[in-house]
Amino acid sequence: MQFGLNESQEFLRDSARKFFAGECPMAEVRRLMETDTAFGANLWSKLAEQGYTGIIFPEEFGGVALGIFELILLMEEAGRALLPGPFFSTVVMAGTLLDALATTAQKRKYLAPICRGEARATVAFFEAEGSWDLADVRLTAANGELKGEKLFVPDAAIADWIIVVAQNGVFLVDSKASGVRVQPMLGMDLTRKLYSVRFDDVPGEKIGETAGLARPRAIATAALAAEMVGGMQRTLDLAVEYAKTRKQFGKPIGIFQAVQHQCADMYLETESARSAVYYAAWALQHHAPDAAAAVSIAKLYASDASRTVGNRGIQVHGGMGFTWENDLHLYYRRAKASETTFGDATFHRERLARLTIDAEVVSARGA
Amino acid sequence: MDLNLTPEEVAFRDEFRVWLQANVPKDWAEWREKPLEESFPYLRAWQRKLQEGGWAAVSWPKDYGGRSATLMQQAIFWEEMARLEAPPMANALGLGLIGPTIIAYGTNAQKKRFIPGILSAEEIWCQGFSEPNAGSDLAALQTEARLADAHYLVNGQKIWMSYGWVGDWCELVVRTDPAVPKHKGLTVLLVDMKSPGVEVRPLRQMTGESEFNEVFLRDVRVPVENVLGKVNDGWNVAVSTLMHERGAYGARLILIFKRNINRLIELTRKVQRNGRPAAQDPILRQKLAQCYAEVEIMRLNQLRAFSRITSTGAPGPEGSIQKLFWSELNQRLQQLAQELLGPYGQLLASDGHAIDKGIWSYGYLRSRGNTIEAGTSEVQRNIIGHFVLGLPRSY
Repeated sequence: MQFGLNESQEFLRDSARKFFAGECPMAEVRRLMETDTAFGANLWSKLAEQGYTGIIFPEEFGGVALGIFELILLMEEAGRALLPGPFFSTVVMAGTLLDALATTAQKRKYLAPICRGEARATVAFFEAEGSWDLADVRLTAANGELKGEKLFVPDAAIADWIIVVAQNGVFLVDSKASGVRVQPMLGMDLTRKLYSVRFDDVPGEKIGETAGLARPRAIATAALAAEMVGGMQRTLDLAVEYAKTRKQFGKPIGIFQAVQHQCADMYLETESARSAVYYAAWALQHHAPDAAAAVSIAKLYASDASRTVGNRGIQVHGGMGFTWENDLHLYYRRAKASETTFGDATFHRERLARLTIDAEVVSARGA
Repeated sequence: MDLNLTPEEVAFRDEFRVWLQANVPKDWAEWREKPLEESFPYLRAWQRKLQEGGWAAVSWPKDYGGRSATLMQQAIFWEEMARLEAPPMANALGLGLIGPTIIAYGTNAQKKRFIPGILSAEEIWCQGFSEPNAGSDLAALQTEARLADAHYLVNGQKIWMSYGWVGDWCELVVRTDPAVPKHKGLTVLLVDMKSPGVEVRPLRQMTGESEFNEVFLRDVRVPVENVLGKVNDGWNVAVSTLMHERGAYGARLILIFKRNINRLIELTRKVQRNGRPAAQDPILRQKLAQCYAEVEIMRLNQLRAFSRITSTGAPGPEGSIQKLFWSELNQRLQQLAQELLGPYGQLLASDGHAIDKGIWSYGYLRSRGNTIEAGTSEVQRNIIGHFVLGLPRSY
């Protein structure tokens, strides 16, 4: 048993870290977040050149065919860099959904251009009730046409296709089709833009049944939790660096236990979230019987921990942590947006309760 | 990343499983409720049986009677022990902490003299570290040892000594040079607890039991050949023992935590709250799920730490994260049990109405010590801050 990265996984992580440091420094993050869409065409084509846009998809569609664990490592680095724009919506949400549900012909048509970096897509799930429960989806396709409104759709303004989760199936819509109206929703996270999307009798191409959503959604949830771990790691690194250099009372503030223990707790929370995310990725990859529970554990822990780590990081920075100029609030904003995406800690605790308390047999699992 | 057992790990598990099924005592349930003083001979006999099978110290090198087991194999060993509800071994500190320290620092003569007795449980070991004025600041300890001919003359007081009442030998940290900075004047002595001048008294703790002892040392003579490691290098020797303490704890604890959380889930289905099963109370569901998640994360952190230690070769500050995590989690878990059981949670083992023979009232009180023993949470956070994150030392 080896609970850690092998050599090729370490290589992937290191090269992703180097890539983001070179192509997506904080100056670029800040430049893009000030634009309407947070999308950088140049950065996008470089992501595609690296093979990142096709990282876990089959080679026959132009993907790199790596595993879920590799996706998680990439997302961790993307989170550390606060990668702006539609990577999560296009590759992690729409890409995994197409990979799981679409026919071969549909994959050639939609997944292959995503792998090549030529197209972008997003998934529309949320409705006015604001629920992540599939049972609460009201929008229904009638005669292959969609009518209704979806909210909190990420990156819809720059997506070529919007994949709509309806009560009676999953449908792909051309975002340029008439009857599609995309309006910005102004959220806290400036690096990932949200939209409301109205559909007025828009034709949709059926991709599959909603029953097939569980797996792509689990993969996306784990990937999001991994991205949150990356953000936590960056916040921790910044706080520790600051505690070593900032002086008050003639000493670096990191010498004071009140500050040092905040950092120790940030470390504990970050590492614990990472353990949970790594295991969720492994369990999904190997179709382990506890994969669903593992994903909920990762997301519930990361949801609370990324907020807590953000709070501690800003507290350690004192007044500087509260300024626009300091990068911490950008991570803090992302953490809040990610906390609710795919269900917050309360949602996943209830989901875990259903899997454990309500399940007939609870078996003791050891090391 | 590969969480499947390797063929070697499977072979190890299967070999031990077969042996354990054939040899595990069937009457432990009758003994486990009795005071340790009564059951101790039973536990000695059980350890001897494990030793005869070559299973008493799987982590030790083969040359010393162990199996050179990897950390993962050690975890498998404890999992199998827990699965069949095998009794613990009598010489827990000797096998887990002090034996490995003697193997690392001892002379050939010391190894030859002490290792067999540790393995066979003929000589029980205890640990003399903490003092009334040296708890977290262990290096400030004052028990002094003065060289007089071929002996050290030891005077002082130790506290919180587990197994002191039954200990034959003690790993004792003493001050041999009061003139140098505190970490540099310490030495570890191997002390015969039957020596004249050693007085052991029970220390009654808030649970009502006496797991620990106070030990008074008055002009105790210890021959110079019983110095473990180098004179005035005792700090490094003691730290090596403490690293084993923080590392080894976890593997066994996870199984206890898993059992407790699963027991709480069972109780949630039975206990009534506000006129319905507690399992339907949304707030208790949230708290139980949170606890369940954290117990699982404790297991995953442990596996990751094992893999890291396996690649770096020695237990390190990873143990501090585990200690911090499990001790605080256990307090939350025990509080959750109290919330779940309502007024029944407070009932002691001797009360006829007590649920699960009073383990939850005991667990609640006992867990209060978890964030203090084996290095307080504050000390663990200092270790993480300084040794892991590289922040300046605060003390």
